[in-house]
Amino acid sequence: MTSTTSTVAPELSNEEIFRYSRHLILPEVGLEGQKKLKRARVLLVGVGGLGSPAALYLAAAGVGTLGLVDFDVVDATNLQRQVLHGTSAIGKRKLDSARERIEDLNPNVHVEAHETSLTSRNALEIIGTYDIVIDGTDNFQTRYLVNDACVLLGKPNVYGSIYRFEGQASVFATKDAPCYRCLFREPPPPGLVPSCAEGGVLGVLPGIIGTIQTTEALKIILGIGETLEGRLLLVDALRMKFRTLNLRKDPTCPACGTHEITELIDYEEFCGVRQAAAADAAAASAVPEITPTQLAARISRGEDFDLIDVREPHEWEIARIPGARLIPLATLVEALPTLDSAREIVVHCKGGGRSARAVQQLQASGFRKVWNLAGGITRWSDDVDPSTPKY
Amino acid sequence: MAVTLFLPTVLARLADGGTLRSEGGTVGEVVANVAERFPQLAPRLRDENGDPYAFVTFYLNDEDIRFSGSFAAQVKDGDELTIVPAIAGG
Ligand SMILES: [Zn+2]
Repeated sequence: MTSTTSTVAPELSNEEIFRYSRHLILPEVGLEGQKKLKRARVLLVGVGGLGSPAALYLAAAGVGTLGLVDFDVVDATNLQRQVLHGTSAIGKRKLDSARERIEDLNPNVHVEAHETSLTSRNALEIIGTYDIVIDGTDNFQTRYLVNDACVLLGKPNVYGSIYRFEGQASVFATKDAPCYRCLFREPPPPGLVPSCAEGGVLGVLPGIIGTIQTTEALKIILGIGETLEGRLLLVDALRMKFRTLNLRKDPTCPACGTHEITELIDYEEFCGVRQAAAADAAAASAVPEITPTQLAARISRGEDFDLIDVREPHEWEIARIPGARLIPLATLVEALPTLDSAREIVVHCKGGGRSARAVQQLQASGFRKVWNLAGGITRWSDDVDPSTPKY
Repeated sequence: MAVTLFLPTVLARLADGGTLRSEGGTVGEVVANVAERFPQLAPRLRDENGDPYAFVTFYLNDEDIRFSGSFAAQVKDGDELTIVPAIAGG
Protein backbone atom coordinates (compact mmCIF):
# COMPACT_ATOMS: atom_id res chain seq x y z
CA MET A 1 0.00 0.00 0.00
CA THR A 2 1.02 3.57 0.24
CA SER A 3 2.13 6.28 2.60
CA THR A 4 -0.06 9.35 2.78
CA THR A 5 2.81 11.71 3.47
CA SER A 6 3.49 13.49 0.24
CA THR A 7 7.11 13.66 -0.78
CA VAL A 8 6.30 16.63 -3.00
CA ALA A 9 8.01 19.90 -2.05
CA PRO A 10 5.70 22.92 -2.16
CA GLU A 11 8.04 25.23 -4.08
CA LEU A 12 8.79 24.93 -7.78
CA SER A 13 12.38 24.25 -8.86
CA ASN A 14 13.89 26.12 -11.80
CA GLU A 15 13.48 22.96 -13.87
CA GLU A 16 9.76 22.93 -13.04
CA ILE A 17 9.36 26.63 -13.77
CA PHE A 18 10.85 26.07 -17.22
CA ARG A 19 8.85 22.87 -17.81
CA TYR A 20 5.53 24.51 -16.91
CA SER A 21 6.24 27.83 -18.63
CA ARG A 22 3.17 27.58 -20.91
CA HIS A 23 1.04 27.27 -17.78
CA LEU A 24 2.85 29.99 -15.87
CA ILE A 25 2.19 32.58 -18.56
CA LEU A 26 -1.54 31.83 -18.44
CA PRO A 27 -2.95 34.36 -15.97
CA GLU A 28 -5.60 31.81 -14.91
CA VAL A 29 -2.88 29.40 -13.79
CA GLY A 30 0.30 31.36 -13.03
CA LEU A 31 2.81 30.48 -10.34
CA GLU A 32 0.15 30.14 -7.64
CA GLY A 33 -1.97 27.85 -9.79
CA GLN A 34 1.01 25.70 -10.68
CA LYS A 35 1.81 25.32 -6.97
CA LYS A 36 -1.81 24.29 -6.36
CA LEU A 37 -1.37 21.61 -9.02
CA LYS A 38 1.83 20.45 -7.35
CA ARG A 39 0.14 20.21 -3.94
CA ALA A 40 -2.89 18.38 -5.40
CA ARG A 41 -3.55 14.69 -4.80
CA VAL A 42 -5.73 13.08 -7.49
CA LEU A 43 -6.93 9.47 -7.40
CA LEU A 44 -7.55 7.58 -10.64
CA VAL A 45 -9.84 4.62 -10.12
CA GLY A 46 -8.86 2.44 -13.08
CA VAL A 47 -5.98 3.10 -15.45
CA GLY A 48 -7.65 1.75 -18.56
CA GLY A 49 -9.39 3.65 -21.35
CA LEU A 50 -10.43 6.73 -19.36
CA GLY A 51 -7.58 6.56 -16.85
CA SER A 52 -4.90 6.50 -19.57
CA PRO A 53 -5.36 10.04 -20.95
CA ALA A 54 -6.19 11.27 -17.45
CA ALA A 55 -2.90 9.93 -16.04
CA LEU A 56 -0.88 11.33 -18.95
CA TYR A 57 -2.36 14.84 -18.90
CA LEU A 58 -2.48 15.15 -15.10
CA ALA A 59 1.18 14.11 -14.95
CA ALA A 60 2.14 16.44 -17.78
CA ALA A 61 0.24 19.29 -16.07
CA GLY A 62 2.31 18.82 -12.93
CA VAL A 63 -0.24 17.39 -10.50
CA GLY A 64 2.02 16.50 -7.57
CA THR A 65 0.57 13.18 -6.49
CA LEU A 66 -1.31 10.67 -8.59
CA GLY A 67 -2.93 7.72 -6.86
CA LEU A 68 -3.69 4.78 -9.16
CA VAL A 69 -6.09 1.96 -8.31
CA ASP A 70 -5.93 -1.05 -10.61
CA PHE A 71 -5.17 -4.74 -10.36
CA ASP A 72 -5.23 -5.63 -14.04
CA VAL A 73 -2.46 -6.80 -16.35
CA VAL A 74 -1.89 -5.17 -19.76
CA ASP A 75 -3.47 -7.21 -22.52
CA ALA A 76 -2.98 -6.74 -26.28
CA THR A 77 -6.68 -5.85 -26.69
CA ASN A 78 -6.17 -2.87 -24.32
CA LEU A 79 -3.74 -1.11 -26.66
CA GLN A 80 -6.41 0.03 -29.15
CA ARG A 81 -7.43 2.71 -26.61
CA GLN A 82 -5.36 2.55 -23.40
CA VAL A 83 -2.62 4.86 -24.61
CA LEU A 84 -0.77 4.85 -21.30
CA HIS A 85 0.45 1.33 -22.06
CA GLY A 86 2.67 0.17 -24.92
CA THR A 87 3.28 -3.10 -26.71
CA SER A 88 6.33 -3.79 -24.53
CA ALA A 89 4.04 -3.66 -21.46
CA ILE A 90 1.87 -6.61 -22.53
CA GLY A 91 1.75 -9.04 -19.62
CA LYS A 92 2.97 -6.44 -17.11
CA ARG A 93 0.88 -5.06 -14.28
CA LYS A 94 -0.93 -1.91 -15.42
CA LEU A 95 0.32 -0.12 -12.32
CA ASP A 96 3.96 -0.83 -13.21
CA SER A 97 3.46 0.17 -16.82
CA ALA A 98 1.65 3.35 -15.71
CA ARG A 99 4.34 4.26 -13.21
CA GLU A 100 7.13 3.87 -15.79
CA ARG A 101 5.32 5.99 -18.35
CA ILE A 102 4.39 8.71 -15.83
CA GLU A 103 7.90 8.87 -14.40
CA ASP A 104 9.31 9.23 -17.90
CA LEU A 105 6.78 11.92 -18.76
CA ASN A 106 7.29 13.92 -15.57
CA PRO A 107 9.66 12.71 -12.83
CA ASN A 108 8.31 15.42 -10.52
CA VAL A 109 5.07 13.46 -10.11
CA HIS A 110 4.80 11.18 -7.11
CA VAL A 111 2.89 8.00 -8.03
CA GLU A 112 1.04 6.07 -5.34
CA ALA A 113 0.08 2.61 -6.58
CA HIS A 114 -2.85 0.77 -5.00
CA GLU A 115 -2.82 -2.73 -6.44
CA THR A 116 -6.30 -3.77 -5.49
CA SER A 117 -9.86 -3.51 -6.64
CA LEU A 118 -11.76 -0.73 -4.89
CA THR A 119 -14.12 -2.37 -2.38
CA SER A 120 -16.49 -1.31 0.38
CA ARG A 121 -13.75 -2.27 2.84
CA ASN A 122 -10.93 -0.13 1.42
CA ALA A 123 -12.66 2.68 -0.49
CA LEU A 124 -13.03 5.24 2.32
CA GLU A 125 -9.45 4.70 3.45
CA ILE A 126 -7.99 5.00 -0.05
CA ILE A 127 -10.16 7.87 -1.31
CA GLY A 128 -9.91 9.72 2.01
CA THR A 129 -6.29 10.77 1.43
CA TYR A 130 -6.99 12.40 -1.97
CA ASP A 131 -8.56 15.72 -3.02
CA ILE A 132 -10.34 14.57 -6.17
CA VAL A 133 -11.39 11.23 -7.64
CA ILE A 134 -11.52 10.43 -11.36
CA ASP A 135 -13.90 7.57 -12.02
CA GLY A 136 -12.48 5.51 -14.87
CA THR A 137 -14.01 2.19 -13.91
CA ASP A 138 -15.81 -0.13 -16.28
CA ASN A 139 -18.68 -1.51 -14.23
CA PHE A 140 -21.75 -0.29 -12.37
CA GLN A 141 -20.88 -1.70 -8.96
CA THR A 142 -17.62 0.27 -8.73
CA ARG A 143 -19.32 3.42 -10.06
CA TYR A 144 -21.92 3.33 -7.27
CA LEU A 145 -19.16 2.53 -4.77
CA VAL A 146 -17.03 5.49 -5.93
CA ASN A 147 -20.10 7.74 -5.84
CA ASP A 148 -21.21 6.81 -2.34
CA ALA A 149 -17.68 7.01 -0.95
CA CYS A 150 -17.19 10.46 -2.51
CA VAL A 151 -20.54 11.68 -1.12
CA LEU A 152 -19.67 10.36 2.36
CA LEU A 153 -16.22 11.95 2.25
CA GLY A 154 -17.27 15.15 0.45
CA LYS A 155 -14.76 14.60 -2.38
CA PRO A 156 -15.50 15.66 -5.97
CA ASN A 157 -16.18 12.65 -8.19
CA VAL A 158 -15.19 13.45 -11.77
CA TYR A 159 -17.37 11.06 -13.71
CA GLY A 160 -16.93 9.71 -17.23
CA SER A 161 -18.48 6.74 -18.94
CA ILE A 162 -18.31 5.39 -22.49
CA TYR A 163 -20.03 2.94 -24.78
CA ARG A 164 -19.37 2.37 -28.50
CA PHE A 165 -19.43 5.95 -29.91
CA GLU A 166 -21.01 7.79 -27.00
CA GLY A 167 -19.86 9.17 -23.70
CA GLN A 168 -21.11 10.94 -20.60
CA ALA A 169 -19.24 13.20 -18.20
CA SER A 170 -20.07 15.22 -15.12
CA VAL A 171 -18.74 16.35 -11.75
CA PHE A 172 -20.61 14.77 -8.87
CA ALA A 173 -20.67 15.08 -5.09
CA THR A 174 -19.21 18.54 -4.63
CA LYS A 175 -20.90 20.62 -1.94
CA ASP A 176 -24.19 21.50 -3.67
CA ALA A 177 -23.92 19.35 -6.78
CA PRO A 178 -26.03 16.29 -7.46
CA CYS A 179 -24.45 12.84 -7.36
CA TYR A 180 -24.46 9.80 -9.65
CA ARG A 181 -27.49 8.39 -7.82
CA CYS A 182 -29.40 11.63 -8.51
CA LEU A 183 -28.93 10.82 -12.22
CA PHE A 184 -29.43 7.05 -12.12
CA ARG A 185 -31.14 5.88 -8.95
CA GLU A 186 -30.42 2.22 -9.69
CA PRO A 187 -28.18 0.26 -12.06
CA PRO A 188 -29.68 -1.71 -14.93
CA PRO A 189 -29.98 -5.45 -14.34
CA PRO A 190 -26.75 -7.27 -15.30
CA GLY A 191 -26.63 -8.25 -18.95
CA LEU A 192 -29.00 -5.53 -20.18
CA VAL A 193 -26.25 -3.02 -20.96
CA PRO A 194 -23.30 -4.74 -22.66
CA SER A 195 -19.79 -3.82 -21.52
CA CYS A 196 -17.20 -2.41 -23.93
CA ALA A 197 -15.71 -5.91 -24.09
CA GLU A 198 -19.02 -7.19 -25.46
CA GLY A 199 -20.31 -4.14 -27.34
CA GLY A 200 -17.07 -2.54 -28.50
CA VAL A 201 -15.84 1.03 -28.20
CA LEU A 202 -14.20 3.42 -30.63
CA GLY A 203 -10.62 3.63 -29.37
CA VAL A 204 -10.42 7.41 -29.36
CA LEU A 205 -13.67 7.85 -27.40
CA PRO A 206 -12.09 7.27 -23.96
CA GLY A 207 -9.49 9.79 -25.12
CA ILE A 208 -12.20 12.41 -25.61
CA ILE A 209 -14.07 11.67 -22.37
CA GLY A 210 -10.93 11.06 -20.29
CA THR A 211 -9.45 14.40 -21.32
CA ILE A 212 -12.75 16.11 -20.46
CA GLN A 213 -12.59 14.52 -17.00
CA THR A 214 -8.99 15.70 -16.69
CA THR A 215 -9.96 19.23 -17.73
CA GLU A 216 -12.61 19.29 -15.00
CA ALA A 217 -10.15 17.98 -12.38
CA LEU A 218 -7.60 20.66 -13.30
CA LYS A 219 -10.28 23.39 -13.12
CA ILE A 220 -11.38 22.17 -9.68
CA ILE A 221 -7.77 22.24 -8.41
CA LEU A 222 -7.16 25.67 -9.89
CA GLY A 223 -10.57 27.02 -8.85
CA ILE A 224 -11.22 28.47 -12.30
CA GLY A 225 -14.04 28.39 -14.83
CA GLU A 226 -17.35 26.58 -14.63
CA THR A 227 -17.20 22.86 -14.10
CA LEU A 228 -19.78 20.26 -15.08
CA GLU A 229 -21.27 20.33 -11.56
CA GLY A 230 -25.04 20.17 -12.01
CA ARG A 231 -24.71 19.35 -15.69
CA LEU A 232 -24.41 16.14 -17.67
CA LEU A 233 -22.32 16.30 -20.84
CA LEU A 234 -23.36 13.91 -23.60
CA VAL A 235 -20.87 13.27 -26.40
CA ASP A 236 -21.86 11.59 -29.64
CA ALA A 237 -18.65 10.99 -31.58
CA LEU A 238 -20.46 9.57 -34.60
CA ARG A 239 -22.50 12.71 -35.21
CA MET A 240 -19.91 14.84 -33.38
CA LYS A 241 -22.51 16.41 -31.15
CA PHE A 242 -21.85 17.73 -27.68
CA ARG A 243 -24.79 18.56 -25.48
CA THR A 244 -25.23 19.43 -21.81
CA LEU A 245 -28.36 18.69 -19.81
CA ASN A 246 -29.24 20.12 -16.40
CA LEU A 247 -28.79 17.79 -13.45
CA ARG A 248 -30.66 18.47 -10.27
CA LYS A 249 -29.99 17.31 -6.78
CA ASP A 250 -32.72 14.79 -5.97
CA PRO A 251 -34.05 15.50 -2.46
CA THR A 252 -35.00 11.82 -2.20
CA CYS A 253 -31.52 10.60 -3.26
CA PRO A 254 -30.43 8.10 -0.59
CA ALA A 255 -26.80 9.24 -0.86
CA CYS A 256 -26.79 13.04 -1.07
CA GLY A 257 -30.47 13.85 -0.41
CA THR A 258 -31.85 11.96 2.59
CA HIS A 259 -28.36 10.73 3.60
CA GLU A 260 -29.82 7.35 4.49
CA ILE A 261 -26.64 5.80 3.09
CA THR A 262 -24.36 6.35 6.08
CA GLU A 263 -21.84 3.67 5.21
CA LEU A 264 -20.76 1.74 2.14
CA ILE A 265 -22.98 -1.18 1.18
CA ASP A 266 -22.52 -4.43 -0.74
CA TYR A 267 -22.39 -3.11 -4.30
CA GLU A 268 -22.31 -6.49 -6.02
CA GLU A 269 -25.56 -7.30 -4.26
CA PHE A 270 -26.97 -3.86 -5.10
CA CYS A 271 -26.11 -4.31 -8.79
CA GLY A 272 -27.38 -7.89 -8.85
CA VAL A 273 -23.98 -9.18 -9.96
CA ARG A 274 -23.80 -12.19 -7.66
CA GLN A 275 -27.40 -13.20 -8.33
CA ALA A 276 -26.79 -12.98 -12.10
CA ALA A 277 -23.59 -15.02 -11.89
CA ALA A 278 -25.42 -17.73 -9.95
CA ALA A 279 -28.26 -17.75 -12.49
CA ASP A 280 -25.77 -17.96 -15.39
CA ALA A 281 -23.95 -20.84 -13.76
CA ALA A 282 -27.24 -22.65 -13.15
CA ALA A 283 -28.34 -22.07 -16.76
CA ALA A 284 -25.00 -23.24 -18.15
CA SER A 285 -25.00 -26.42 -16.08
CA ALA A 286 -28.56 -27.18 -17.20
CA VAL A 287 -27.52 -27.14 -20.87
CA PRO A 288 -25.92 -30.19 -22.50
CA GLU A 289 -22.36 -29.39 -23.56
CA ILE A 290 -19.79 -30.63 -26.02
CA THR A 291 -16.12 -29.58 -25.88
CA PRO A 292 -14.28 -28.23 -28.93
CA THR A 293 -12.10 -31.34 -28.96
CA GLN A 294 -15.18 -33.58 -29.04
CA LEU A 295 -16.70 -31.40 -31.77
CA ALA A 296 -13.54 -31.66 -33.88
CA ALA A 297 -13.60 -35.44 -33.48
CA ARG A 298 -17.23 -35.58 -34.63
CA ILE A 299 -16.41 -33.42 -37.66
CA SER A 300 -13.40 -35.51 -38.61
CA ARG A 301 -15.47 -38.71 -38.34
CA GLY A 302 -17.85 -37.15 -40.87
CA GLU A 303 -20.83 -37.33 -38.53
CA ASP A 304 -24.04 -35.74 -39.72
CA PHE A 305 -25.24 -32.84 -37.56
CA ASP A 306 -25.94 -29.10 -37.83
CA LEU A 307 -23.50 -26.55 -36.41
CA ILE A 308 -25.10 -23.17 -35.69
CA ASP A 309 -23.22 -19.98 -34.89
CA VAL A 310 -25.40 -17.50 -32.97
CA ARG A 311 -22.93 -14.59 -33.00
CA GLU A 312 -23.36 -11.33 -34.92
CA PRO A 313 -22.41 -11.00 -38.62
CA HIS A 314 -19.41 -8.75 -37.81
CA GLU A 315 -18.05 -11.47 -35.52
CA TRP A 316 -18.62 -14.09 -38.24
CA GLU A 317 -16.44 -11.90 -40.52
CA ILE A 318 -13.56 -12.13 -38.03
CA ALA A 319 -13.53 -15.89 -37.49
CA ARG A 320 -15.72 -18.91 -38.03
CA ILE A 321 -15.73 -22.66 -37.53
CA PRO A 322 -15.87 -24.55 -40.86
CA GLY A 323 -19.31 -25.94 -41.64
CA ALA A 324 -21.17 -23.57 -39.32
CA ARG A 325 -24.33 -21.70 -40.29
CA LEU A 326 -24.80 -18.15 -39.02
CA ILE A 327 -28.06 -17.42 -37.17
CA PRO A 328 -27.58 -14.43 -34.82
CA LEU A 329 -29.26 -15.05 -31.47
CA ALA A 330 -31.75 -12.21 -31.98
CA THR A 331 -33.04 -13.88 -35.18
CA LEU A 332 -33.16 -17.44 -33.84
CA VAL A 333 -36.92 -17.39 -33.32
CA GLU A 334 -37.54 -16.40 -36.95
CA ALA A 335 -35.11 -19.09 -38.14
CA LEU A 336 -36.77 -21.91 -36.19
CA PRO A 337 -38.91 -23.12 -39.14
CA THR A 338 -35.69 -23.66 -41.14
CA LEU A 339 -34.24 -26.00 -38.49
CA ASP A 340 -34.97 -29.73 -38.26
CA SER A 341 -35.61 -30.89 -34.69
CA ALA A 342 -35.00 -34.48 -35.77
CA ARG A 343 -31.34 -33.67 -36.47
CA GLU A 344 -28.57 -33.20 -33.92
CA ILE A 345 -27.60 -29.57 -33.42
CA VAL A 346 -24.47 -28.02 -31.90
CA VAL A 347 -24.70 -24.29 -31.10
CA HIS A 348 -21.73 -21.99 -30.54
CA CYS A 349 -20.92 -18.32 -29.94
CA LYS A 350 -17.77 -16.48 -28.82
CA GLY A 351 -17.49 -17.81 -25.27
CA GLY A 352 -20.47 -20.08 -24.64
CA GLY A 353 -22.92 -17.66 -22.95
CA ARG A 354 -25.15 -16.63 -25.81
CA SER A 355 -25.16 -20.15 -27.24
CA ALA A 356 -26.31 -21.53 -23.86
CA ARG A 357 -29.32 -19.19 -24.10
CA ALA A 358 -29.88 -20.35 -27.68
CA VAL A 359 -29.83 -24.00 -26.57
CA GLN A 360 -32.45 -23.17 -23.95
CA GLN A 361 -34.61 -21.43 -26.56
CA LEU A 362 -34.32 -24.45 -28.85
CA GLN A 363 -35.18 -26.83 -26.01
CA ALA A 364 -38.22 -24.70 -25.19
CA SER A 365 -39.29 -25.04 -28.83
CA GLY A 366 -39.18 -28.83 -28.66
CA PHE A 367 -35.64 -29.52 -29.85
CA ARG A 368 -34.23 -32.45 -27.89
CA LYS A 369 -30.83 -33.15 -29.49
CA VAL A 370 -29.05 -29.84 -28.88
CA TRP A 371 -25.57 -29.21 -27.43
CA ASN A 372 -23.74 -26.05 -26.44
CA LEU A 373 -20.09 -25.71 -27.51
CA ALA A 374 -18.26 -25.14 -24.19
CA GLY A 375 -16.03 -22.06 -24.33
CA GLY A 376 -17.22 -21.13 -27.83
CA ILE A 377 -14.98 -20.28 -30.74
CA THR A 378 -12.40 -18.85 -28.33
CA ARG A 379 -11.78 -22.29 -26.81
CA TRP A 380 -11.98 -23.83 -30.31
CA SER A 381 -8.99 -21.64 -31.16
CA ASP A 382 -7.18 -22.65 -27.95
CA ASP A 383 -7.87 -26.38 -28.08
CA VAL A 384 -8.40 -27.32 -31.74
CA ASP A 385 -7.34 -24.78 -34.36
CA PRO A 386 -4.91 -22.04 -33.24
CA SER A 387 -5.15 -20.45 -36.71
CA THR A 388 -8.68 -19.26 -35.79
CA PRO A 389 -8.31 -15.59 -34.77
CA LYS A 390 -9.35 -14.67 -31.23
CA TYR A 391 -10.98 -11.33 -30.53
CA MET B 1 -48.36 17.62 -29.75
CA ALA B 2 -45.47 16.77 -32.08
CA VAL B 3 -42.29 15.95 -30.19
CA THR B 4 -38.81 14.96 -31.41
CA LEU B 5 -37.15 12.05 -29.60
CA PHE B 6 -33.39 11.59 -29.49
CA LEU B 7 -32.10 8.07 -28.89
CA PRO B 8 -28.48 7.08 -28.17
CA THR B 9 -26.94 4.87 -30.88
CA VAL B 10 -27.29 1.78 -28.69
CA LEU B 11 -31.08 2.21 -28.80
CA ALA B 12 -31.28 3.72 -32.30
CA ARG B 13 -30.58 0.27 -33.74
CA LEU B 14 -33.92 -0.87 -32.33
CA ALA B 15 -35.83 1.91 -34.13
CA ASP B 16 -35.39 3.46 -37.56
CA GLY B 17 -32.62 5.84 -36.50
CA GLY B 18 -31.65 8.03 -33.59
CA THR B 19 -34.11 10.86 -34.25
CA LEU B 20 -37.79 9.96 -34.08
CA ARG B 21 -41.01 11.96 -34.41
CA SER B 22 -43.73 11.19 -31.94
CA GLU B 23 -47.08 12.48 -30.71
CA GLY B 24 -48.80 12.82 -27.37
CA GLY B 25 -49.95 15.20 -24.66
CA THR B 26 -47.57 13.89 -21.99
CA VAL B 27 -44.10 12.35 -21.98
CA GLY B 28 -45.70 9.00 -21.18
CA GLU B 29 -47.93 9.21 -24.27
CA VAL B 30 -45.03 10.25 -26.46
CA VAL B 31 -43.03 7.25 -25.22
CA ALA B 32 -46.00 4.89 -25.59
CA ASN B 33 -46.46 6.03 -29.20
CA VAL B 34 -42.85 5.13 -30.02
CA ALA B 35 -43.01 1.89 -28.01
CA GLU B 36 -45.99 0.79 -30.10
CA ARG B 37 -44.23 1.52 -33.37
CA PHE B 38 -40.98 -0.17 -32.34
CA PRO B 39 -41.75 -3.25 -30.20
CA GLN B 40 -38.04 -4.13 -29.81
CA LEU B 41 -37.32 -0.68 -28.42
CA ALA B 42 -40.28 -0.69 -26.02
CA PRO B 43 -38.75 -2.79 -23.20
CA ARG B 44 -35.63 -0.59 -23.22
CA LEU B 45 -37.67 2.58 -22.58
CA ARG B 46 -40.10 1.53 -19.87
CA ASP B 47 -40.98 -1.45 -17.71
CA GLU B 48 -43.87 -3.84 -18.29
CA ASN B 49 -46.22 -1.54 -16.33
CA GLY B 50 -45.32 1.33 -18.63
CA ASP B 51 -43.32 3.11 -15.91
CA PRO B 52 -39.84 4.61 -16.34
CA TYR B 53 -36.81 2.63 -15.18
CA ALA B 54 -34.40 3.96 -12.53
CA PHE B 55 -31.51 3.53 -15.01
CA VAL B 56 -32.94 5.37 -18.03
CA THR B 57 -33.34 9.12 -17.58
CA PHE B 58 -35.62 11.22 -19.80
CA TYR B 59 -34.87 14.87 -20.49
CA LEU B 60 -37.62 17.13 -21.78
CA ASN B 61 -35.63 19.82 -23.54
CA ASP B 62 -32.78 20.23 -20.99
CA GLU B 63 -34.61 19.13 -17.83
CA ASP B 64 -35.00 15.77 -16.09
CA ILE B 65 -38.71 14.83 -16.25
CA ARG B 66 -38.68 13.40 -12.72
CA PHE B 67 -38.79 16.97 -11.43
CA SER B 68 -41.85 17.89 -13.53
CA GLY B 69 -44.17 14.91 -13.07
CA SER B 70 -42.22 12.08 -14.73
CA PHE B 71 -44.26 10.40 -17.50
CA ALA B 72 -47.23 12.67 -16.60
CA ALA B 73 -45.21 15.77 -17.56
CA GLN B 74 -47.01 17.84 -20.21
CA VAL B 75 -45.32 18.40 -23.58
CA LYS B 76 -45.64 21.26 -26.06
CA ASP B 77 -45.39 21.24 -29.83
CA GLY B 78 -41.73 21.24 -30.85
CA ASP B 79 -40.41 19.87 -27.53
CA GLU B 80 -37.38 17.61 -27.58
CA LEU B 81 -37.16 14.44 -25.52
CA THR B 82 -33.65 13.04 -24.97
CA ILE B 83 -33.21 9.53 -23.64
CA VAL B 84 -30.09 8.91 -21.53
CA PRO B 85 -29.48 5.30 -20.47
CA ALA B 86 -26.89 4.38 -17.84
CA ILE B 87 -23.64 3.16 -19.40
CA ALA B 88 -20.60 1.96 -17.50
CA GLY B 89 -17.72 1.51 -19.95
CA GLY B 90 -14.35 2.92 -19.07
ZN1 LIG C 1 -27.53 12.21 -5.05
